[in-house]
Amino acid sequence: MHIPDGYLSPQTYLPLYAVFISFLSVAIKKVKQKLSVRLVPFMGMASAFSFLIMMFNIPIPGGSSGHAVGAALIALVLGPWVAVISVSVALILQALIFSDGGITAIGANSFNMAVVIPFVAYGTFKIIRGKSHSAQRISLAAFTAGYISLFAGAIFTATELGIQPLIAVSPDGRPLYSPYPLSVAIPVMAIGNLLVFGIVEGLITALLFKYFCKHNINLIEILKA
Amino acid sequence: MPGLQKKILIGLFAMTLLSPLGILLPKMFTSGKAWGEWSTEKVSKDNGYVPQGMQKDASMYNAPVADYNLGREQDPVWKQSGSYIISAVIGIGAIGLITLATIKLLPKK
Repeated sequence: MHIPDGYLSPQTYLPLYAVFISFLSVAIKKVKQKLSVRLVPFMGMASAFSFLIMMFNIPIPGGSSGHAVGAALIALVLGPWVAVISVSVALILQALIFSDGGITAIGANSFNMAVVIPFVAYGTFKIIRGKSHSAQRISLAAFTAGYISLFAGAIFTATELGIQPLIAVSPDGRPLYSPYPLSVAIPVMAIGNLLVFGIVEGLITALLFKYFCKHNINLIEILKA
Repeated sequence: MPGLQKKILIGLFAMTLLSPLGILLPKMFTSGKAWGEWSTEKVSKDNGYVPQGMQKDASMYNAPVADYNLGREQDPVWKQSGSYIISAVIGIGAIGLITLATIKLLPKK
């Protein structure tokens, strides 16, 4: 899900930079209000968790590989605005130090993984949990939050890649950037996430959410409301 | 240090040590890179050409530790695994510095 340099045209990556920076500045403003010596270390650990989990490439035998992002869990435990900051810090470092994701695509990748995933996860959890206090219902809500949000992130990524042959073409008709059309990008990324990576994100979210609920219920952002 | 933080740090430490699984498993199952994250060589092989804009932008930035590998792509697996763990430590170290700097910048109450 880390788009490299050269795959997105400027007319795609520049607006996505703007969108991401808007979300990030709102996030910083919101988080600043409740920033405390207690929260900051957790934000750092969340960032490290996301950084590490993305290093665990999961293979589809004979096909491509992918990974979980951990952003859904962070959104549920610390809130989606904290997740925007923690996950984008991990993504920016991945691009700058390890060229995992392009420099030009930092806005796009951060939007897809550090904005879309946290908010979709948060919303999904709320809808499925409803007002229930049943442990099973909460676990189901957490799993689905991880599963659906990673899928949503993948669909945004696939769409940004897939529109390139439509919007950036050289005079001889050839694509200037990512040459794979929507009809390829969307199904390939959707299937990988629905069958493999989404399940991993869902399980990680559900298991660790349960763990945090047991150990420190007043840390959990989403159960406060 | 509060108990929960200690437990999380132990978990992160375990993840760091296990991180080479992220390169070993894909090798074991002969699966390639993530979809749409290929080098220009691979794009050229699959499509017969490299799109002009991609050619121009693909190598615009040289990261200090490209692909989490301090050595070369042909290095033996154990060496790459070592590189991968060191990369994880570098990444976490950078996050740790940012976290400490943020704590320092916090207004004292």
